[in-house]
Amino acid sequence: MKAEGKIRVWQDYQKEIADDHYFYVRSCIRQNFFPGSEQTFLKILRTELGKDIYENPHHTTCSGIGYHSDVVPFDTIQTIVARQFALMTEAGYKNLAASCITSFGIYNEIIETWKEFPSELEKVRNFLKSATGREFEVPQNVAHASDIVYKFRDDIAARKKFSLINQHTGEPLKIVEHIGCHYSKMFPSKGVGGAEFPHVLVGMIESWGGEVIDYPERRHCCGFGFRQYLVMSNRGYSVSNSRKKFESMEPYIPDAILCNCPGCPMFLDRWQYVIEEMEGKTFGENGAGIPVLTYEEMAGLVLGYDPWDLGLQMHQTNVEPLLNKIGIQYNPELKYAGKDGKMIGKPMMVGCGW
Amino acid sequence: MKNFGYSIIKQRTIDYDQFDGRLLNEVLEMEPSFKVCLSCGGCTATCSAGDLVSFNVRRMNLLLRRGETIELESEIQKCMLCGKCMLVCPRGINLRNVIMLIKKSIAKYKPINS
Repeated sequence: MKAEGKIRVWQDYQKEIADDHYFYVRSCIRQNFFPGSEQTFLKILRTELGKDIYENPHHTTCSGIGYHSDVVPFDTIQTIVARQFALMTEAGYKNLAASCITSFGIYNEIIETWKEFPSELEKVRNFLKSATGREFEVPQNVAHASDIVYKFRDDIAARKKFSLINQHTGEPLKIVEHIGCHYSKMFPSKGVGGAEFPHVLVGMIESWGGEVIDYPERRHCCGFGFRQYLVMSNRGYSVSNSRKKFESMEPYIPDAILCNCPGCPMFLDRWQYVIEEMEGKTFGENGAGIPVLTYEEMAGLVLGYDPWDLGLQMHQTNVEPLLNKIGIQYNPELKYAGKDGKMIGKPMMVGCGW
Repeated sequence: MKNFGYSIIKQRTIDYDQFDGRLLNEVLEMEPSFKVCLSCGGCTATCSAGDLVSFNVRRMNLLLRRGETIELESEIQKCMLCGKCMLVCPRGINLRNVIMLIKKSIAKYKPINS
């Protein structure tokens, strides 16, 4: 295909991402699993990029996990989402920035429903008005937080202290990128690169000096799958999905896995530990695991933030091999030190590849 | 090894890069009539052993063609060599000979770590 043709086709895979003035909605589970990620995102946007991003402490869960587990009805989740939009409208914002991929999918699903079925929108307006007295406008722009980091990836690269280059070999780090299923598999037009060529994490990796690994099970789900995990006896389905991916990526000797979803880094991180405990198998170099990072953590490392401020001590798969390759200095003694310098305690269970 | 209350499911993916076709090729060479099997399942429907245990001649064919020799070895032990499958086969395949050839050669081609 001619270059002009490629450019024209690629236009169909782009999405509009607002430039500034975001209303930020956090994720329920990321604040527990990767507590430094969202704070790092806000810090990068406000301090590094000088953007206006507002969050209201009264915003709640989108209830997506309950919805996908069949315990929250559609009318209920629509009204909960309408309340988030009401908080955004009251604060004078029009651009929604979601931290969570599940929420991102939920917001898109509900907005698309309202476009297709305006009667649903009117019904929900009445529900919210009668329950809370609030009114709302539908957001003009809905972006996932990774879309925003993608949009400003080159601005971050211009401020970087470290590149994704192996200091020992001088070669680009080999990174596996893993997109959350609800990012673009549900509504391909809502994700950068669509469902076929998701580019949101690829763009970050390439912009920051790394190299993306293309492996057979690249687009396979991490296995979270809500009900696959919520019922303990079903977790074998979840871990088996992750194992399939690890087996597929292992021959390429990845240095790290980069994710943009709350569930994916949680499970790709924790399941490596579980597989090691259950089968004695690890998938990284020299018997270690493959470090799993969120895009905010990766951006924070590139910008030279302290790894322990980013919350990397909360990962069950050891991240030190990656820090050593990038050449980041860290104090192992402070790994489990809290903000006030007091030790927060070492985990009782030993992590993968320790 | 720890027990977390669930297990890891073994992959059912057939990796054709790892496919070991030696047993299949030997059987096809020694019993060429097996090449024309159309997997109609008449053999399985009439099988005396299949009436009593979970033996399935068509599945045996599938395991052989996928190179799954470990499962195949335990499967063919169930055959009583009565030959009824040969009476109904629309392609006239000598299935008893196929079973005998597999039994004779399978030990040679089993994976070392099985």
